[in-house]
Amino acid sequence: MSKSHSFRDIAVVSVASYQTKTLSEVNEVQLMADLISKCRNSAGVTQEEIGFTCSGSSDFLAGQAFSFVHTLDSVGAFPPISESHVEMDGAFALYEAWVKLQIGEVDTALVYSYGKPSAGSIIDVLATQLDPYYVSPLWPDCFSLAALQARLLLDKGLITLEKMAEISMRSQKNGFDNPNAVRSSKDVSFENLMNEPAIVDPLRASDVSEIADGGCAIILAAEDKAKSFCERPAWIKGIDHRVDSHTLGVRDLTRAPSAFLAAEKAGINTDRLDLAEIHAMTSTQEFILEKEFGLNEKTLVNLSGGCLASDTTMASGLIRISEVARRIISGQVDRGLAHATSGTCLQQNLVCILEGE
Amino acid sequence: MSAELTAVLGVGQTKYSSTRGDVSIAGLCREAAYRALEDAQLDWKEIDAVVIGKAPDFFEGVMMPELYLAEALGAVGKPILRVHTAGSVGGSTALVAASLIQSRVHEKVLTIGFEKQSESNATWALSLPQPFSVSINAGAGGYFSPIIRQYMSRSGAPELIGCMVAFKDRQHALKNPYAHLHQNDLTFEEVVESPMLWNPIRYSETCPSSDGACAMVLGNEVSGDRAENPVAWVHGTAMRSESNNFPGRDEVNPLASRQCAADVFKQAGITNPLKEIDAVEIYVPFSWYEPMWLESLGFAELDHGWRMVEDGTTSLSGGELPVNCSGGVLSSNPIGASGMIRFAEAALQVRGMAGDHQVDGAKKSFGHAYGGGAQYFAMWIVGAEKP
Amino acid sequence: MTDPNLSPASLSEEIEIPESISGLEPVRSVRSPIKLIYDFVPSPPVQEYLRSYSKKKILGHRSPIDGAVFVPPRGVDPRHGALIEESVELSDKGHVGNFCVTNLPIPGRDDLDIPYVSAWIHLDGANVGFLGLVAGCENDEVHIGMRVQAVWKKEEELGNTAENILYWEPTGEPSVPVEKAGNRAWDQRNE
Repeated sequence: MSKSHSFRDIAVVSVASYQTKTLSEVNEVQLMADLISKCRNSAGVTQEEIGFTCSGSSDFLAGQAFSFVHTLDSVGAFPPISESHVEMDGAFALYEAWVKLQIGEVDTALVYSYGKPSAGSIIDVLATQLDPYYVSPLWPDCFSLAALQARLLLDKGLITLEKMAEISMRSQKNGFDNPNAVRSSKDVSFENLMNEPAIVDPLRASDVSEIADGGCAIILAAEDKAKSFCERPAWIKGIDHRVDSHTLGVRDLTRAPSAFLAAEKAGINTDRLDLAEIHAMTSTQEFILEKEFGLNEKTLVNLSGGCLASDTTMASGLIRISEVARRIISGQVDRGLAHATSGTCLQQNLVCILEGE
Repeated sequence: MSAELTAVLGVGQTKYSSTRGDVSIAGLCREAAYRALEDAQLDWKEIDAVVIGKAPDFFEGVMMPELYLAEALGAVGKPILRVHTAGSVGGSTALVAASLIQSRVHEKVLTIGFEKQSESNATWALSLPQPFSVSINAGAGGYFSPIIRQYMSRSGAPELIGCMVAFKDRQHALKNPYAHLHQNDLTFEEVVESPMLWNPIRYSETCPSSDGACAMVLGNEVSGDRAENPVAWVHGTAMRSESNNFPGRDEVNPLASRQCAADVFKQAGITNPLKEIDAVEIYVPFSWYEPMWLESLGFAELDHGWRMVEDGTTSLSGGELPVNCSGGVLSSNPIGASGMIRFAEAALQVRGMAGDHQVDGAKKSFGHAYGGGAQYFAMWIVGAEKP
Repeated sequence: MTDPNLSPASLSEEIEIPESISGLEPVRSVRSPIKLIYDFVPSPPVQEYLRSYSKKKILGHRSPIDGAVFVPPRGVDPRHGALIEESVELSDKGHVGNFCVTNLPIPGRDDLDIPYVSAWIHLDGANVGFLGLVAGCENDEVHIGMRVQAVWKKEEELGNTAENILYWEPTGEPSVPVEKAGNRAWDQRNE
């Protein structure tokens, strides 16, 4: 975000999300139709009043080319709508919508994303994200690569197995209050987590994300429009995203410089941060991000349980934004950070700072 | 608050061909990006953000390839966005990049569309077996041929109009050194005698399958003013989408197309497109779509678009409204780039930099892309002067 | 305009190849096969639709907004994004809304003789078309508005699949006028 220019006030005014281990009662189109209409109803807007619509999803995840074309049906795109799609997590679709609202020609936007990783093998699907000439043919899976990262953290003395278990425990306990959490437990014990065998050494099952199907819809509105839709809008005080090198060998895997940079550009102020919702596939990645953001004890992390409780590929980032916004709208917190990531070992990162008035 | 003025500072393309075996995916993209930067006389480090678009990831077998391309596109430490809106993606990608300037979020943005179809098997990518439905449509031609048939029946167009478009675009392509098809000795008779694939679509009336990338550097008003090479100023941008199949849908002339055109012309203050636009680049993957879109976009009266083909209005050799001077999608089709090529070629025309396929004195031009079942649309109007 | 035929190397800075590999033949391509397996689970409305085929019935979905009937059932009305729950049984007769004569083979459909006719079949009682093969007549007899009827597989071969309909054949009934055929029927209805 450029500093010389003052941006339009844009807020999240309505959110709806759903996650479950395996979506079977309805298809993705029906799920999104339900979430989008809930979202529109709670803000009291019709599709005709929405100036821009943007979604995020992946063909490789769906196992079908042009998969997003079908999901357009869930919006109700007739009369025609001004619309775009990113082959990215929905958080980046929200960024595109925020940019569109900054132009000042439209005041309301609908953002949605969804994923049904249960249809295929997520570790095989994500392996096709890697360098197609040098890395992908070896089919390394995302958790093994995260384990390399975890091993570096451990061997450098930056994290301990105990700290990892604490993060997992926090997720499972927080997830207990989240109806969308697939893995949660009120009375998970630290000892049990410590005694779990490693599935990809040094990562235990509780250290890696709980893959889930689901989706999320969000309505953004500008200025007075936002106030008319919602008593206490979650204002976007800053949003930025950055990417790091793809080549694992040239990166310090114990760091995520693009996350640090995005947070700085988004105007993170850790003295006034009630909540951080972090998108990470492992406890160790959650740890790296907490460090990059410089979080202190004032900030609660992943009240939703985060991705260790429920991780919907292509939607988890947008869900983080919805989790922060929902708590601001309800008055539970005043200011929060929502984070989204993409790529292997935290290659690409987005940070959104939200605040109530 | 009004939108920041946006200018096309540079354009870069690769030579389109069926197989660019001499470069990797990254090399192909970098080649286009490098040329766009060279045209804009800018360095990689002066770029604030990158917006990349391509058609389905299955075409190269790489999921979300923007991640792998981050370094090749000079995006490390910067924001990069990846757009996918079916066939219109090259156009929508340029529009997302433009929105980053119009919103004043960034000052200079690199945007690129690419497809390296030779890296994978496009037929495989498009015919992944889908359960629960009966597979009887062979490729996009099978989908679009009934719509073309309906247009022919509705408009009463003579049977060979499609062949005339195909022949014209292949002639235009001879003047564009980047075009994939350079058929020097092609005769109109050969176009007509070409095998019928999806009646009424002949082989010669379809687009090739190409490797290629097209890039643009977009900048704000200050960077447009400072540029040494001529720039193209953005006068209007619009996107529209509609669902694929619903009762009463007009597939020949979709409402989304008409509304998108009305929006973009209104923004540019254009009331008579035929008179006020000097050059047109429209997305024509099957020849008949030239007259069909000319009508839908308002360049021709309903059911009369084919007459503009017949009387040579759309030809670069003296026509009033030269259409697809670059040779169009019918002569080069790296799918994810095809829409951006339309937008970039429109910009080259008003910059006076289109070389042998330049329309003399072009001041305003129109770039267009569509995708899905003719349901996704992206359009822009660029001018030699500021709006 | 840069020369389109400049070699890629001319666009980058000089690269020094380490001596240890300088004599090697460059790698021109690598082959890396991808095999991904997906389990597609039909949603309840699609299950109901597929099961009905085994009883030689075709189910549609009726929109709660204006009663428009969609086939196959989609679970939502794409114009409004409204959820649909009401199923309706449709006739196995209808008309050709539009069609294509194809001279290309389809991957995985070796059973089709080329050229074949694929058509948008508009069933009586439905408001959108769906794809089917037309046979049982000469290809050049197929026209927009032609009345057709489903030809089903033998009873003992019926399964939970749309493939139970082998093809659609002409009924010999008078054709639907072109201006009322296919999607135009909806506009006529509202006029």
